[in-house]
Amino acid sequence: MRRRYMSIWFRHFATDRMARLHPELKGKAFLLYAPERGRMVVKASSQALSKEGIEPGMVVADVRAILPTVEVFPDEPKAEKKLLSDLAEWCVCYTPAVATDSPDGLILDISGCPHLWGGELSYLKTIISRLQKGGYDVRAAIADTIGTAWAIARYGTDQPIVASGKQAEALLTLPPAALRLDDITLQRMGKLGFRQISQFIHIPRSNLRRRFGDGLLIRLGQALGTEHETLYPVQPAPVYQERLPCLEPIRTAKGIEIALSRLLETLCERFSREGKGMRTGILKGYRIDGEVEQIGIGTSRASRNAAHLFKLFELKISEIEPALGIELFVLEATLVEDVGETQEALWNMGGNNPKVIAELLDNIAGKVGMQAIHRYLPQEHYWPESSVKEVNSLEEQPETEWRTDRPRPLHLLPRPDPVDVMVVLPDYPPLHFRYKGNIIRVVKADGPERIEQEWWLQTGPPRDYYRVEDENGARYWLFRLGLYGNEKPQWFLHGFFV
Amino acid sequence: MKELAGKKEIIRQLREKIFTLEGFSTRADVRQSDFALGPVNNSFPGGTFPVGAIHEFVSPTEASFAAANGFISGLLSTLLKKGGSCIWISAGRKLFPPALKFFGIEPHHVIFIDARKEKEALWVTEQALKCSSFAAVVAELRNVSFAESRRLQLAVGESRVTGFLHRHHPFINNTLACVSRWQIRPAVSWLPEGIPGVGFPRWEVELMKIRNGRPGKWQFEWRDGVFRHLPAQKQIISGSVTAKKERYA
Repeated sequence: MRRRYMSIWFRHFATDRMARLHPELKGKAFLLYAPERGRMVVKASSQALSKEGIEPGMVVADVRAILPTVEVFPDEPKAEKKLLSDLAEWCVCYTPAVATDSPDGLILDISGCPHLWGGELSYLKTIISRLQKGGYDVRAAIADTIGTAWAIARYGTDQPIVASGKQAEALLTLPPAALRLDDITLQRMGKLGFRQISQFIHIPRSNLRRRFGDGLLIRLGQALGTEHETLYPVQPAPVYQERLPCLEPIRTAKGIEIALSRLLETLCERFSREGKGMRTGILKGYRIDGEVEQIGIGTSRASRNAAHLFKLFELKISEIEPALGIELFVLEATLVEDVGETQEALWNMGGNNPKVIAELLDNIAGKVGMQAIHRYLPQEHYWPESSVKEVNSLEEQPETEWRTDRPRPLHLLPRPDPVDVMVVLPDYPPLHFRYKGNIIRVVKADGPERIEQEWWLQTGPPRDYYRVEDENGARYWLFRLGLYGNEKPQWFLHGFFV
Repeated sequence: MKELAGKKEIIRQLREKIFTLEGFSTRADVRQSDFALGPVNNSFPGGTFPVGAIHEFVSPTEASFAAANGFISGLLSTLLKKGGSCIWISAGRKLFPPALKFFGIEPHHVIFIDARKEKEALWVTEQALKCSSFAAVVAELRNVSFAESRRLQLAVGESRVTGFLHRHHPFINNTLACVSRWQIRPAVSWLPEGIPGVGFPRWEVELMKIRNGRPGKWQFEWRDGVFRHLPAQKQIISGSVTAKKERYA
């Protein structure tokens, strides 16, 4: 079968992207720049600006001299590259093999696809009109080779579709730049007076090779179809999805359970083949009245244990409202991760099974919520509230030791409680204080331990902490915010010692 | 003579059987751990702290709440010595993780579950007690009914996990199907005469109820990473030092 290729050219790719992000720029004259050798150089100009004759490669200062009202924005090549590959993935709905053609084009291997859209012309028009609707200024062409399609898309003047085997005729009137040649070869051709491909296409190959090297011959051959050119299609992320249509609409929880366990079985089989596991998953039920019911789960580590995943989903089955019945179940793993064959120990478990704990935590996360599970690691701060940090992973180990050189209470109030105190002298612990309506007499005290605010994080007065014990043996952690001076500092109760 | 030895052996075996039937663990490895509780051991059936069962702690006040958590942490440190992890379930937690290090527990070996509601915390507790991979489960719950406590006891019966059910500020002091009931109150700490500051943590430990054992009351101090029992003459009676003038010299 003859291969057919389509080349799509975004004439103002970078500026169209900008205009899509900021709709107010649509139709306006603006440009994107990037620094180059100490100057700001135009990288892309919008359609309106191109009409004024502003082309990429000019210096921004020059453009401003010509058009003082022009708006300028920095160029973002990385974001453009990402958008181009996203567009390539979107084009997969027209053909399975789509490649990006940096910086502003796409190449589609359309062999065997256009008849589904009623011929090549309507196929091309469909794609172009869809892209134009999205705000892109595009041109496209279809030919037997990538080279010719590329050339016609950019330099062609009449027909966008080159009939099979007619590449040479289509190329004749085009300039040499249509062959994707490098700048040096193009300059040399310009010097020699080659303005059209027709002027050199019939020159013997050995002469051309002597003048311009192999590069020109390869490009010419690729355009004519005598040289092979490989297409590197984008690889869309694989979708982990299973579908289960039902003959009769399902209305009972038991029915949903059966459907779920079947879907999980097939999906987990695939996971174990590919060495993957599910982190998050969604079960969707398509009801016969058109509504979609869905439940989602998350696991704390990638799992392909069907029984465990079933348990997690089972907790939420009651949330599904079947109404008149569900006719299609779709199970999708939205986040998939690799699973190591040997699960490493969580920490020194003393021969226990970390997998069991991880599965229990998944159950808890499913029922109570992920935000309920906490694990803490030390952080190098003296300020009590910031001396611990929360971690999500069960594997993460502390980088520093837990400190025991300063006394810290076993119970710490989430917010320090203001208390009224009686103090004999400044810098002395209180004689007694009132907490929740009770007067607590201080018998023994330790301190102060001054903790200053960490100025690089927050500013404010320091805290002077005292460890005090009352006549019954209850031990408290009190602090005074600030120093005795002009103002009377406030005392707080911050914790309880054992 | 030989007959007598045989009889003794039969009685020992029968005792052990009854012991297992009552829900105590006879596993050699867990029974060997020494909690350094000294005279309290005489109160326990079999002479050691019953592991693989649920212990209930009741704390009516804020101070005893912290003290009981301290005592539990002391017990946990022995349970976690051989490695393993522990889960701490609560609704409205006040525990400050770094302080666990003072009891020899690596705070990052503890998983904290902060449920929003008591009911959720109870559900998590039951699930955790069923999981034999934990060295211990601590649950801070306010109110537990007798039926709920029986469910928890059943969960422990299979997994042999040691559970600590800490009831703080309970509305009613109802009976639970736990193996023991403790009440821990803070006690006045002791320092040599003339030394300012606060001494080592001291508690008045009351074993209010124990299955097949003798309840009692003791004073303990937490010093150098172990429990130290305080003989009666060393105890300080509450309130006796209040009259001192030079308190923080």
